[in-house]
This record gives sequence, structure tokens and C-alpha cells, in this order.
Amino acid sequence: MADNTTDLSKFREKIADWIVENCPATLRNRPIGEDSIVWGGRNWTFDDDDQRVWMENAITKGMTAPRWPTAYGGAGLSRAEEKIFRDEMVRLKAPSPLESFGLWMLGPALLAFGTEEQKLHFLPQITSGKIRWCQGYSEPGAGSDLASVQTRAEDMGDHWLINGQKIWTSYADKADWIFALVRTDRDAPKHKGISFVLIDMTTPGVSTKPIQLISGKSPFCETFFDNVKVPKSYGENIPSQVGEINRGWDVAKHLLTHEREMIGSGAQGLLGGRSMGEFLSSLDTDILADPVINTQAMELEVDSLAFGMTLDRYKDQAESGRGVGNASAMLKYYGTEMNKRRYELLMSASGSEGVEWDGPHGSLAPEWLRTKANSIEGGTSEVMLDILSKRVLELPLK
Amino acid sequence: MTSLLETEDETLLRDSARGFLNDASPVSALRANRDQGRPFDPGLWREMAQMGWTGVLVPEEQGGADMGHRAAGILAGEMGQVLAASPFISSAVMAATTLRGAATGRAKDALAQITSGESIYAIAVDEGPKHAPAKTALKAEKSGNGYRLSGAKTFVADGGSANRVLVLARTGGEPGNASGLTLFDIDVERAGLSRKTISTIDSRDHARLNFEGLEATGEDIVGELDNGFVTLRHGLEAGQAALAAELSGLTAGAYAMTIGYLKERKQFDRTIGSFQALQHRAAHLFSEIEITASAVINAGRILDEAPDQATLAVSVAKARATATAKLAVSEGVQMHGGIGMTDEYDIGFFMKRARVGAEWLGDYGYHAAQVAAARGF
Repeated sequence: MADNTTDLSKFREKIADWIVENCPATLRNRPIGEDSIVWGGRNWTFDDDDQRVWMENAITKGMTAPRWPTAYGGAGLSRAEEKIFRDEMVRLKAPSPLESFGLWMLGPALLAFGTEEQKLHFLPQITSGKIRWCQGYSEPGAGSDLASVQTRAEDMGDHWLINGQKIWTSYADKADWIFALVRTDRDAPKHKGISFVLIDMTTPGVSTKPIQLISGKSPFCETFFDNVKVPKSYGENIPSQVGEINRGWDVAKHLLTHEREMIGSGAQGLLGGRSMGEFLSSLDTDILADPVINTQAMELEVDSLAFGMTLDRYKDQAESGRGVGNASAMLKYYGTEMNKRRYELLMSASGSEGVEWDGPHGSLAPEWLRTKANSIEGGTSEVMLDILSKRVLELPLK
Repeated sequence: MTSLLETEDETLLRDSARGFLNDASPVSALRANRDQGRPFDPGLWREMAQMGWTGVLVPEEQGGADMGHRAAGILAGEMGQVLAASPFISSAVMAATTLRGAATGRAKDALAQITSGESIYAIAVDEGPKHAPAKTALKAEKSGNGYRLSGAKTFVADGGSANRVLVLARTGGEPGNASGLTLFDIDVERAGLSRKTISTIDSRDHARLNFEGLEATGEDIVGELDNGFVTLRHGLEAGQAALAAELSGLTAGAYAMTIGYLKERKQFDRTIGSFQALQHRAAHLFSEIEITASAVINAGRILDEAPDQATLAVSVAKARATATAKLAVSEGVQMHGGIGMTDEYDIGFFMKRARVGAEWLGDYGYHAAQVAAARGF
């Protein structure tokens, strides 16, 4: 154990040096928000050259996907090393070099369900930021009841013919490829006839239309498939679906677990390592004299620290080989509801300055509005409570 | 830092504690204690001593098992689950941790006596309705070679059955200052000390202690003169963490009763646990319990591994455990319906102990303020 601790503290020094050497100083004090995320992809334009340099340096070392094996473009780090890397990035105020749905979702799905050839083909395109993916799950008639997807894929021998519509496809208008749930067997029970298919967005018949949200932004799209021909294979042992045909729900469920943990834990770094109280004081030195704001800040601090300990405990559990499983629904439920509380408090503490679209607190108002989707996307809070009731608490059906 | 998962040894300890307590001290034992007017069963306490629980935080040289705060939390949690009443937190956790820190010959003898069960210690700190060590006004005035103690302590847990008491007294400064306090180790039979038990809703032992010119010597001082709060702090934090663990166990007990009832009770020709309104209440409660459990384990871990930096972790645990226990017992009674309001049914005992545990050693507000201070606001 002592050796391990020594190794890890050496790793911390090394990785901190590497961040300082490879992340241009100008990037390191910039405010981090949704607008400054580097997503990559064919259509990506960097804000400036420093962003490009940082991403390329990270790619060279595999640090865009620290835990993935080096053969697929990752750095092969252990969980403890990855945590140190993330902590040091926060400490040194370095932004993430690259984020994407490929890194968060498709990659983990391929690692769990893909063929070796699929991994070698698709994963390096993700880690290198060359291909930007989006997720085609929800449909107008399949929201919380996701397994009711109706988008049809007909078997045409060497290809699938796809027709239908997806909705709430994040950044579909900017993505290069989409991983989508499509119905490949209409006669099977609803969970059994779905396949998880990978589709090039430039294929004729694919079109997108952004949806303007209450936040004024349009991160989501409608995506239409109109007689889209998707080959069944992209090369030897590279089928266009992940997992078996008609077993796409298994992949989707696995990914949803992943997504829920991610959404649940996503906002933990919001305040850049500062406590809620410190953050509020930085907005207005007198604000904590308001007893209601002060109380809410203290409560949030207690809950947020305990939630962070729970993330650590669940990671320890995952590391020991026992998955978190359906309890990820708890992380999703609690984490998103807590994030909405955080933003309500930030808005309240900002007073009239907070309601300006582009006021002294930057994009606070649109961010606050955006958080209202946290407890809807990836399964609503009520669906999470249903999952907990039935699968974890094992409460009766009737 | 070690893992937040229970080790195999810890699971063994938990299983054996659970097996023992389910037989020796089910909730019906608390009911019997209450009906007979005794705060706890001395026979049970002797058995706990024989199993080494009284020495869980005592070094082996004084006969202890020296298993650490995580282990103490496991024991406290299992006691909480069946509401087993004992002076465990007062004597085996708080007094043992405090005396261990003092490390004098006399403190070592006291530790051996705690371990054997010969001594039961109570901790006398608070003088008003809220936990506030710095507000101590009870005076210890210099008198010849010694001190004379005058004043009153209230809400002294196990104060009626203890044979010794660690009492925090003011030797300097003004009430409100955490400095100028001194900790004395006093035999309850000493002249000048009178005790009056208070009848609390949880049917356990609480007392008011009145000091009227009680004479103490320099020998009775634990730790340093005027620095008693520093001496006591680690012991208090150990007690707060163990109490958080007890409340977390209590929560688990109330939750298990409630989930069991949801799976069995029928109304409108359906099992009530099939109603979504109740399912969501129960699932929300589960979420709060999961998060609190992490904070409780983490507090024990930090007390074991970095005791000087434990304040934040301990206060997060006690604040969370207080809030979650309150939720669990309120939801428990609500979901039980009318039967939950009857004395015949056990859930009410959980509610009463949760309320006493909420106040003891600092309530939610006290610990949330500690968290805020530790986090820079």
C-alpha cells in the first residue's frame, strides 16, 4: 500500500508537470462553461490555436480517454490515476481537451459489446476527435417509454432501409455519426426487436432540425430518416450494429446506466472546487447575511459533500468488481435534483443581475434554465424512482 | 485513504454483532426496559464488555481490542438498528477516546476499567437546550491546591447510571470562549455532586448534574489546564461519528420495517407497496439513506486515518444522519398509517430515539455550521 501511495504521488507530480507543459497558459484561467467545450469532429472550428494545441497534445498521450487501452487511443490509466489527472486539471484550471458523446457513451458501449475490429475502427476516431457522435434514442412517441421506439430498419439483404424520426438528439446538427435505436423486428415483444445501429449522418435521407429551448439555445434536434440505406457492414468483422441484431436494448440499457451515473455526477465540478458559500461570497460579499440563502447554501454543502462521498463509494464498489447496477438510478435522481437546487440558489443569490441574458454573471440564466432538463433527460426523476422501487426495493407490482 | 467498502473483517463484525443483538436485545427489550423503568440492561452491558465492545477504542495494553472508529461505527449502527440501549457511545467511545488522548497513568487505569466494564463514564458538557461546549459557564475556581466546581450540567447522557463523569468546567475566560475550559474526571459519589434523572422520550438514561462547591485536585484534570476543549474535542467527534452511525442504523431499522409493511399490507384489494405514490416516497428515502451511509463510513475512516482533520467529515455525517433519521421515522409512521401511531407497534420507538439523537452532541444546524466554517464560509 505504501508503495502504491508513493507511486501515485509520483504520478501526481508527473502529470501536473505534463499539464503545465502541454496546456497553453492562456487556456488555464479561462472560465469553463458549455460554450468553451471542445467537441471535435469534421465540422469543428477551434476558438483559437491554443485549444487545438492542447487537444493535439492530449491525443498524443492518450489523455482524451485516460482509462481506455492504449491500443484504442487511450492512456491505459488506472482509476486512481485518472482521478488524480482530473483533480490536477481542476487544480491547475486546465479545461478538458476534448469531450464528446463518443467518449462518454459510444466508447463504453463498444468496449463492452463491440467486436475487436469495431473497437479498432471506431475508438481511435473518437479519442482523436475526428468523428463527433450523437445519440438517437428518444422519439416523439417514445420518451420515458424508450423501448417503444418505432423508427424502422427493414432488412434489405446487404443493407438496412431506415425510416422514422428521433427527437432530443443532442447536437445532431453538428455531429458526424449517430448511434441509434431502431426497430429491426416489429413482431417481437417491444424490448426484443430493437437494434443499436451506427449511421453516418452524411448518408442521403438523414436530416436534422434544431429545437429552440427556453434557455434560448438549441442543443437538441429533431433527426429524420427518410429511406436511409445503412450498409450492414463497414468492413470485415465491423457490423453496422453493436451487439447482436434485435438485442440492442441490452446495449442501450448498459449505456443508460452509464449515462445516469454521468448526468448524476456531472455537476460536481461546477464551482471549480470551491464551496457553495465561497462561490456565493465571490458574487456578493454580503449575500450570506441573508439567512435563507445562508441556510440553503449550508444544506447544499452538506448534501453535496455526502453525494461526492457516495460517488467515491460507488466507484470503490465498481472497482471491486461489483457493479452499481440499478442504484445508478439513485445517482441520477439525486444528482440532478441537487443540481437544480444549486442553480435555484445561484439565481436567488444573484438577484436582478441573474435575470439578465448577458449580465455580470455571464450565462447563468440560460444555464439555470438548462438544468430543468437534468431531471428529464436520460430518464425522468419519476422513472428513476420507479426503477428503484421495482428493482432495488422490490416493491410489489400489485 | 482506504476504501469506503466494508472489509471482510468488518462484515464479520457486523454479522456477529447483528446475530448477538437480535437475540439479546430486540426492540422488545427496549419496551421491557421502559415498562420496568430502567434505562438499560446491566446484564447486556456485561456481555458487551465480555465480547470486547467496551474496549473497541482502547489500546491492547489496557485490555482493549483497539479496532478503531470504523469498527465502533459498525457496533453503534447495529445497536441503532434494534434500538439497543447502553452507555456505549458515552463510555466506550467518547470517554475512551478522550482518556486515550490524555495518556496519563490515571487515564490508562481508567481505560482498563472502561474495558472491563467496572467503570461507566458519562460526558457532562451542555448547560442549555443546545449543544454548545464553548458556552460552558460551570466554574472551577482555584481553592488552595485544588479547585471548587459550581454550576449545573443538563442532558448528560448516561449521567444517572455512570460512576464517573468527565465534566467540562470554566477555569478562565468568559462563556462563549472555547479557551479557558478544563476537563475534570470525577467520581459521581464525591461530595458536592448531586444527580437528578430526566425522563426523556427515548426511555434512556439522561440526567441533570448539580455541582455545589465540589472539590477537585490537579490530579483530576484530564489533559491541560485551560485547554480542556482541545482535550475533549477528539472524544466528542468520535462520539458524534458513532452517534451518526447509530442514527444510520436506526434509519435502516425503521426503513426495513416500513418496506416490509409496504409489501404485506393490503388496501383497495392491492398491496399498498404497489401504489406509485408510496413507491416514490420509499425510493426517495432509499436515496437519502444511501448518501448518508457514505458520509457515516467516511467519518469513521477519517477518524482512523487522519483524526486531526476529522471535523468536516464528522459534521457532514452527523448532519446527514440527523436529517435522514428524521425523514425515515416520519415517512415510516406515515406509510404505516394509523397503526404507526400506536404504542403497541414499534415504529414510534424509532421516532423518539431519532429525536433525542438529533439533539445530542449537536443538532443539524450546529453541524451544518461546522461544515460551512470548514468549507470557508
